[in-house]
Amino acid sequence: MSVEKELRRTVKDLLEEGGIDLFIGWERGSLPTVASPLFITDPVDAERLIFDITCGSNPAVYFTKDRRQFDGRRVGVVLKGCDSRSMVLYIKEKQADRENVVMVGAQCNGVLDRGKVASAAGGREILELEDDGEKTVTLKGRDYEIAVERDSILSSSCLSCIHPDALECDHFIGEPRQSVTREQRLREVREFEALSSTERWERTRHEYEKCIRCYACRNVCPSCYCAVCFVDQNDPPWIGGTCEFTDSMIFHLVRNLHVAGRCVECGACARACPMDIDLLLLNRKVAMEVLERFNDEAGMDITAKPAMADFKEDEKQDFIMG
Amino acid sequence: MSEWQPRILAILCNWCSYAGADLAGVSRIQYPPSIRVIRVPCSGRVDQLFILKSLQSGFDGVLVSGCHPGDCHYISGNYVARRKFALLKPLLEFIGIEPDRVQFSWISAGEGERFAEVITKITEDVRKLGPSKRLVKKT
Repeated sequence: MSVEKELRRTVKDLLEEGGIDLFIGWERGSLPTVASPLFITDPVDAERLIFDITCGSNPAVYFTKDRRQFDGRRVGVVLKGCDSRSMVLYIKEKQADRENVVMVGAQCNGVLDRGKVASAAGGREILELEDDGEKTVTLKGRDYEIAVERDSILSSSCLSCIHPDALECDHFIGEPRQSVTREQRLREVREFEALSSTERWERTRHEYEKCIRCYACRNVCPSCYCAVCFVDQNDPPWIGGTCEFTDSMIFHLVRNLHVAGRCVECGACARACPMDIDLLLLNRKVAMEVLERFNDEAGMDITAKPAMADFKEDEKQDFIMG
Repeated sequence: MSEWQPRILAILCNWCSYAGADLAGVSRIQYPPSIRVIRVPCSGRVDQLFILKSLQSGFDGVLVSGCHPGDCHYISGNYVARRKFALLKPLLEFIGIEPDRVQFSWISAGEGERFAEVITKITEDVRKLGPSKRLVKKT
């Protein structure tokens, strides 16, 4: 609760005398497990702000996907670790102006996975969710009240998060949190790599065959903000628009490569996926390669050039035919 | 029935590898007739999507060849290309595509011999793998 209280006080101050015109955060939505984005201009509305396990969406995306409303305005925004990396990425890619953004980092204890919450509640309707930042989260329904372990309902991206705290911020609320190590984060990638080529292919096929090409992953992705995406260009069409497996697979591979060195691993794609595809595995693999080969991580260093816009002359080129 | 022959798409830079292929031709150097050539202005022009689409349309292998580091006509096109390919290759291997199907090389305009060697090598590599099945769109 204290994080929430402090957040409200900070935002109220910022709107009253901190020189910001607009603040972006979350409020309780119509569903108890999903917070709604909240845009406030009046300091009184700061009381509506919440910050808990339900604040899954990335508030940075408005800077690219709905940016006209920010023209000439100084904007404040509350950020989890991953959101702050998106914001840093935007500043580096000239999508946002550092001087016109007030970044408020908040102690993030992870965000929930709706599928996991639904099964934790045994399929019963959830009417209320209480999260005080403790080890357990309380779910309430018509005739039940249960406490569930936080870790059991967290989104998989949060379970392997290496940067839960906002890196670049003007204000930080709460206590910095312990993160997992890089090796822990890559456990699934290493396990997958250890399989045989045929098995890796079968698993990939099994996973991506489910894709219905709804593009929810692309639409929520903070790093996907091209005015016209390559899959939407149809004169000439770059790839087929059907759910045929190879078309879907190529869409996902190219999307992965387009966000290479830019993916902040917030897991928004996986949470948005209606078919429950494990989208993060390929993102993690690419991020691992970017770190190993180019020594860069997305949204970490505000001064570094984005990995795929940069090069070094004497780079490792083991993959070139000798 | 004739024996299966690999079909390989060679995407070649106009300023070096394409001229290298030309040199191999005018010097009458023998190499397997397995490649179909597409000429591009620079290896930096090659989008990863081109490579994936070639595999999807049924090519058994793809070769992208550009200028040696330091020799790019546009100063840094091949360096940018190298970063793109450095990620594509491990990603394809990760999802279970045979790594030898997609290969990269640097061949200058004066390396006709080398061009023939590279084509011979990739043809043999792909022949060992057999016809491409994964990622091929069934029509």
